[in-house]
Amino acid sequence: MTTEQDFYADPSETSQGRVFTVTGQDWDSITEGLGDAAEERIVVNMGPQHPSTHGVLRLILEIEGETVTEARCGIGYLHTGIEKNMEYRTWVQGTTFCTRMDYLSPFFNEATYALGVERLLDIEDDIPEKASVMRVLLMELNRISSHLVAVATGGMEIGALTVMTMGFRERELVLDLFELITGLRMNHAFIRPGGVAQDLPPGALDEIRDFVALMKKRLPEYAALCNANPIFRARLENVGHLDLAGCLALGLSGPPLRATGYAWDLRKSEPYCGYEDYDFEVQTWDSSDAYGRFRIRLNEMWESLKLIEQAADRLADLEGAPVMVADKKIAWPSQLSIGSDGMGNSLDHIRHIMGESMEALIHHFKLVTEGFRVPPGQVYVPVESPRGELGAHVVSDGGTRPFRAHFRDPSFTNLQATSVMAEGGMIADVIVAIASIDPVMGGVDR
Amino acid sequence: MTEDNQGKTQDPSNDLVAGDQEISRAVGSRSGMFGVKGTGDTSGYGGLQSPTVYPDDAQRPYGGWFDEVADALETRLRETDLDAAIERVVVHRGEITFHVRREDLAFVAQMLRDDENLRFEFCAGVSGVNYPDDTGRELHAVYHLLSMTHNRRIRLEVSCPDADPHIPSLVSIYPTNDWHEREAWDMFGIQFDGHPAMTRILMPDDWPGHPQRKDYPLGGIPVEYKGGSVPPPDQRRSYN
Repeated sequence: MTTEQDFYADPSETSQGRVFTVTGQDWDSITEGLGDAAEERIVVNMGPQHPSTHGVLRLILEIEGETVTEARCGIGYLHTGIEKNMEYRTWVQGTTFCTRMDYLSPFFNEATYALGVERLLDIEDDIPEKASVMRVLLMELNRISSHLVAVATGGMEIGALTVMTMGFRERELVLDLFELITGLRMNHAFIRPGGVAQDLPPGALDEIRDFVALMKKRLPEYAALCNANPIFRARLENVGHLDLAGCLALGLSGPPLRATGYAWDLRKSEPYCGYEDYDFEVQTWDSSDAYGRFRIRLNEMWESLKLIEQAADRLADLEGAPVMVADKKIAWPSQLSIGSDGMGNSLDHIRHIMGESMEALIHHFKLVTEGFRVPPGQVYVPVESPRGELGAHVVSDGGTRPFRAHFRDPSFTNLQATSVMAEGGMIADVIVAIASIDPVMGGVDR
Repeated sequence: MTEDNQGKTQDPSNDLVAGDQEISRAVGSRSGMFGVKGTGDTSGYGGLQSPTVYPDDAQRPYGGWFDEVADALETRLRETDLDAAIERVVVHRGEITFHVRREDLAFVAQMLRDDENLRFEFCAGVSGVNYPDDTGRELHAVYHLLSMTHNRRIRLEVSCPDADPHIPSLVSIYPTNDWHEREAWDMFGIQFDGHPAMTRILMPDDWPGHPQRKDYPLGGIPVEYKGGSVPPPDQRRSYN
């Protein structure tokens, strides 16, 4: 295993010590191969391509035996310049970019951006009720799908493959709902400044209710499999400990913060999209460890189901209500519909702009080519994403494109806790600790 | 010529939007054929110009708890003879921004965190903004602070010139700013003095330049599609 000829890291490329490549052997054979070098300082590069680092994350671990003495993260492998790109598109096009950041919670990315733009436009009070209810519905469905992946991948990384297959089985149902409502399984660009892109399709509410009924049967399976499972508890309990002071200092929010027993949830403390009108509880746990974060995610899925039911009931009363602001200078004019050749611009709309209303044609043309202008200023409207406080700092200079859009992504901030949670523990616990904050690299690197 | 038009020439580019006080806050101007308000020229031939005017300083009372925070802040600053630490206060769209003199940033942040009337114990990171036309204040660092005790949010804004891109680090006060400041350095070239390890974070270590600055090109190549060619996004026609 001590390769003299290594394609990827020639021993001569480092100025400190020899380089070893480790690809899935036993630790016994590795320590044998180290020979005399075992006494020295050993720095292990874990990742960026590693099945257990929760994405393209590089961990730089200094180890002593199996104990981690220092842990650092190397990030940036998924940096795609989304914030820079947004400065070259119109305000509406910005949604299609930011939805791709944290790919497990696209609706939250869109929502914080759309809420920011709406505040700059000063149209917060003009957003139709149905648009807000649909946003809540989609965000809560998204919270379930995101927590399912957190539980699933977290389980897989400690060897609990059944948790993984179960998690992805249920997530598929949520993605089917997304596909039904938005047309896409991810990267929806559905929540837009001014409202949402499209009305609910016929039959969607029934599908949603069926899903809620099914999830109420399926969620107890996770509890039955994991909650009291001695192996699961042994791996998670007292791992990745981070108390309230640590969370606040390091800026952690979301499940890690609530696992310290502090009931902080932006849906309650700074309600947006009408969350103040819904009945739900903020879930907390008092163990400050990975197990508590797992239990919070499980409990939050139940709360999300409650919210989805309430949103569905409201939507049933809002049939035919508008989903976009009435201001024709902001609202995206075109509606999509299914034609004989697939999905495209609605023929009614084309008939309207081409044959009936010159003004509608002008609005359509101006909005699609030029976009609308947003008054100068800056805003920050955070939302409670599945991972914590997600906020868009949106700056306008009065133009048709964002002057600057910066996303405070909870994955990015929470990942800073790696050193604190991992140092002094075992290598195997590093995996659990990182999985418990559920970082999504697309959001970390943007 | 009506009274209204006196002193104005036919050249519409002189017809800047009226507003005596606001012009002083103008940061650059935009020119182009569209989107100009306040002038009668809709022909588009004039090369219209409109100033980029950011919200003006707020006047007391700011309203609601904004005054409580501002009072607590001012009282403490007066005790330490640092009245000038707050350069301006802007209230816009229900959010309050304190523009802080950069040499006093660390002191102000420490006070905001520890004073029991303020208690901004949570920092949501720092975000850089580049205003190339704001001469002498080209680079801005914007901090979003949250007080969980009082459930209040404020914004701190610090600026530094391009020629001297230094801002004191807040890592010792808000450790969460570690990576955020590294990102602002990586993307804007703002150096945070006192940061424990000021290195790039998202771009490769040997990357030249700071990509989020306005003078840094977006890059890209033309894409051919069905015989036509689509230029890269920063070279397409735009309507600023």
